[in-house]
Amino acid sequence: MDTIFALSTARGKAGVSIMRISGPAAFEACEAICGDVPSPRIASLRLLKTSDGSALDQALVLTFDEGSSFTGEAIVEFHCHGSVAVTAKLSETLAGLSGLRLAEPGEFTRRALENDCLDLSQVEGLADLIEADTEAQRKQALRVLSGDLGQRVDGWRQSLIRAAALIEVTIDFADEDVPVDVSPEVKSLLNKVKTEIEREIEGFSSAERIRNGFEVAIVGPPNAGKSTLLNYLAGREAAITSRHAGTTRDVIEVRMDLDGLAVTLLDTAGLREAVDEVEAIGIDRARMRAQNADLRLILVEYGQDPELLPRQGDVVRTAKADLLPDVENSVSGLTGAGISELVREISSELSGRAAGGGLAIRERHRDALVRGASAIKISLEMVDDAEANPEFVAEEIRTAVRALDSLIGRVDIENVLDEIFASFCLGK
Amino acid sequence: MKHFDVLVIGGGHAGADAAHAAARMGVRTGLITLTRDSIGVMSCNPAIGGLGKGHLVREIDALDGVMGCVADKAGIQFRLLNRRKGPAVQGPRTQADRKIYREEMQQEIELQENLTVIEGEASDFLFAGEAVTGVVLADGSEITSRRTILTTGTFLRGVIHIGDVSRPGGRMGEKPSIRLAERIEQFDLPLGRLKTGTPPRLDGKTIDWSRLEMQAADDEPTLFSFLSKGPSARQISCGITHTNEKTHDLIRENLSRSAMYGGHIDGVGPRYCPSIEDKIVRFSEKDSHQIFLEPESLSDDVIYPNGISTSLPEDVQIEYVRSIEGLEKAKILQPGYAIEYDYVDPRTLDSRLSLRSVTGLYLAGQINGTTGYEEAAAQGLVAGLNAALDVLGRDPVTFSRSNSYIGVMIDDLTTRGVSEPYRMFTSRAEFRLSLRADNADQRLTPIGIEMGCVGEHRRQVFEDKMDRLQSGRVKLEEQTYTPKQLKDIGLDVNQDGSRRSAFQLLSFPEVSFLTLNALDTSFSEIDEEIQEQLEKDALYANYIARQKRDVEQMKRDEAHVIPKDMRYDGIEGLSNELKSKLSNARPENLRQAARIDGMTPAALTLLLAKLRQQARNKSA
Repeated sequence: MDTIFALSTARGKAGVSIMRISGPAAFEACEAICGDVPSPRIASLRLLKTSDGSALDQALVLTFDEGSSFTGEAIVEFHCHGSVAVTAKLSETLAGLSGLRLAEPGEFTRRALENDCLDLSQVEGLADLIEADTEAQRKQALRVLSGDLGQRVDGWRQSLIRAAALIEVTIDFADEDVPVDVSPEVKSLLNKVKTEIEREIEGFSSAERIRNGFEVAIVGPPNAGKSTLLNYLAGREAAITSRHAGTTRDVIEVRMDLDGLAVTLLDTAGLREAVDEVEAIGIDRARMRAQNADLRLILVEYGQDPELLPRQGDVVRTAKADLLPDVENSVSGLTGAGISELVREISSELSGRAAGGGLAIRERHRDALVRGASAIKISLEMVDDAEANPEFVAEEIRTAVRALDSLIGRVDIENVLDEIFASFCLGK
Repeated sequence: MKHFDVLVIGGGHAGADAAHAAARMGVRTGLITLTRDSIGVMSCNPAIGGLGKGHLVREIDALDGVMGCVADKAGIQFRLLNRRKGPAVQGPRTQADRKIYREEMQQEIELQENLTVIEGEASDFLFAGEAVTGVVLADGSEITSRRTILTTGTFLRGVIHIGDVSRPGGRMGEKPSIRLAERIEQFDLPLGRLKTGTPPRLDGKTIDWSRLEMQAADDEPTLFSFLSKGPSARQISCGITHTNEKTHDLIRENLSRSAMYGGHIDGVGPRYCPSIEDKIVRFSEKDSHQIFLEPESLSDDVIYPNGISTSLPEDVQIEYVRSIEGLEKAKILQPGYAIEYDYVDPRTLDSRLSLRSVTGLYLAGQINGTTGYEEAAAQGLVAGLNAALDVLGRDPVTFSRSNSYIGVMIDDLTTRGVSEPYRMFTSRAEFRLSLRADNADQRLTPIGIEMGCVGEHRRQVFEDKMDRLQSGRVKLEEQTYTPKQLKDIGLDVNQDGSRRSAFQLLSFPEVSFLTLNALDTSFSEIDEEIQEQLEKDALYANYIARQKRDVEQMKRDEAHVIPKDMRYDGIEGLSNELKSKLSNARPENLRQAARIDGMTPAALTLLLAKLRQQARNKSA
């Protein structure tokens, strides 16, 4: 029986995040990470360490003995600081321990059921929750996978099936008129997939949301009070302000905590016909950064149309509320008028996105990709011997395909057979 | 009136192993066949085994079935396929003498205790309410039985096509049983249509063998049965020739006269065994196809040209055969033909191969949409054992994907159904590395001994082998060596200070018993048969350990049995789509449910919760 772990609280910034581990190796994992196993059911403060011994976080640790826990198995909970970096690192550390893996959706509940620790009414109550959970994940997976990544994964799938078919044809149709040495094509297919998956993994690990939080660009015409607003939000004079239009030339970044979310505010040059070359460069940059930001706070002069077409989720405000006291949806960086409402709107928009497009699916994706790539790597090491030991190569490709299962849906042997029958004339 | 516990209709490969298995279990068994002579007839290619198929024969043998022993006696060209590859993908195969096979099979059936052969045509069933309780023969006589197994191959609406000529028929020279087929149709089972083909049979005396490449049998034959010591028939070679441009042109010109391309056939044929017409149309870039010329018997000259099955008219067959090297003067003894037939969707069966909707009736063999003698015999074995267990009031035997190819096949058939004639391949078995032909006895004979279908002789042979294997394994595991010791004999292992057992060393591809002898000469005292087996067991040990997790997960899910009368309507929170899919598929356990298309983890959890609740209510 594997030991499973998963973040039990919502992803993203929070006061406390709880990582739960359940299974036979839970106490071993606890000892590996905090040095000992605190007495059951007594909250104990411990310093968590990574595999190389460096400090990870200080956390409350709770343990439950087998037979007296939610799942019926030994459980350890780390109540750590609710930081994305901490939970990501903890997750990575746990995944590196032998016998531990990330839980599948609903797996804790399932184990509780299997161990008879929940009765039906409890499960029925939970069922709605689980349904909501997996439905959200399904939609999310669908959304993520309907884009570029989906197409790429589909391509890998085709290549892996082709590679598997080439190997399998030499096994199952050995007495027929089929090519004997398929390793060059298999090798090139596997290499291609491996390189691409590895590139994807790198992309994931540098996912900007995790490291940098969301980018919110403040855009609008010159002298609309963008820098003043930024300074007010940042609580300091981060940007130079003056009465002169075009004061801000370059993009100014301020990292801040907006209602618990990591946000980088961008102050940009006012959008207008530039009067000099330096300003022109600044305006180009402003437009570009604004395009790429997660959300745009668009300031408009009273009665004017926005300089940029707002996209869904963008926030539009009339500038300089201090000069127009009765205008709806206006804001002022000078007096603070409308600011709390503005912050509420931005943070609720971004939290929605954090919950919907967050870490969970990506972590699971990454996990699947890493497992897939490593199986492909092993199969490549053996492929030169494929004529003698095709069953090992086939086994690793099968493992790689299964690892990608969670991304691409089930691939079963019928797909491989379809490929074989389409490519080779069989029937001696 | 005659009465039997188990009655088997049909004396083909499914019928023979079904009847034999039931009789071995000690229940009174009857086998109804048109004539005694037709028991064990090989209607298609006279060969047994191959990749995946050879595995099935070994498994049948491990449970003391008949196919393996009979094939060993009839084998005239034993070849271990993939001999140079790993043991997990090696498949024993032999060309079989059609006549010896038939005679040996008939003798096995005659000699088996509790087994009676009845000559006659089964024309209807007897019923008690909805349940089948016996068989009516064409002469009007009635035979009652507690369980009935139908193994009648392609008799459901069978049609034979030679070019544009077609006529009803099961296989060449046999009349289809119309009344029984009509009765089956009344059961209102979902049916599908398949087709298969045979090549023309040639007269070996008219073939110019001197110009052909020949393929000999293995010098050291690998047999099927764990009890056989060596072949008993003389070993022969097969010839190899090829089609050429002229053959292809002839076939292309006459495509419209082929039953299949002339639009006379609707059934789906197997992609792995296409007709020569199919090969030429679908793989038009190939200008030559290989043909194996396989002798059908030591006692006649009939040659089976494997690779050119066809439904072209006879005159075209003669022309294209004679366009092939070595066959210029070949005489056709019997033209090739295609046969089209109905099969019963095997998803209507449970894992005992018993129809869910008709009590007391089992189906096995080609009628379930499979092809091949081995697939048929394996199903016969499953149906025969379970019918007997049922009669005895005992729990059914379930084969699992993790213990046998038989389990893989039964699971594929009953949960996925078929879309072309189903044939076994090693690639169908996800646990291929542990389901090997060489360890079929280790996997299944203990199950057979416990069940009671394994005879005394086999039990002794098996237990003796297991004792020797066990002591050899203990010896290998007890002896451990430091990296330094290993380096001294030229083994390049990590100098990590950890000791490795001799068994662990054997899992390295480059290590054999020869290597181990350099460490300790007493290893050579282990007898050769056991050495070979230990090498094979060790080679995959690491992978098998890794797969254990998957196997465990699967077994856990299989342990959650879903009652036959499970009502999915009553499960709160299950989508209507899944409710209807589950109601149709009627999975027997949670693993089968998980295989249903569109299943979600949440739905499985709900299902599990429901099962728990029902179990609790029952015990309360």
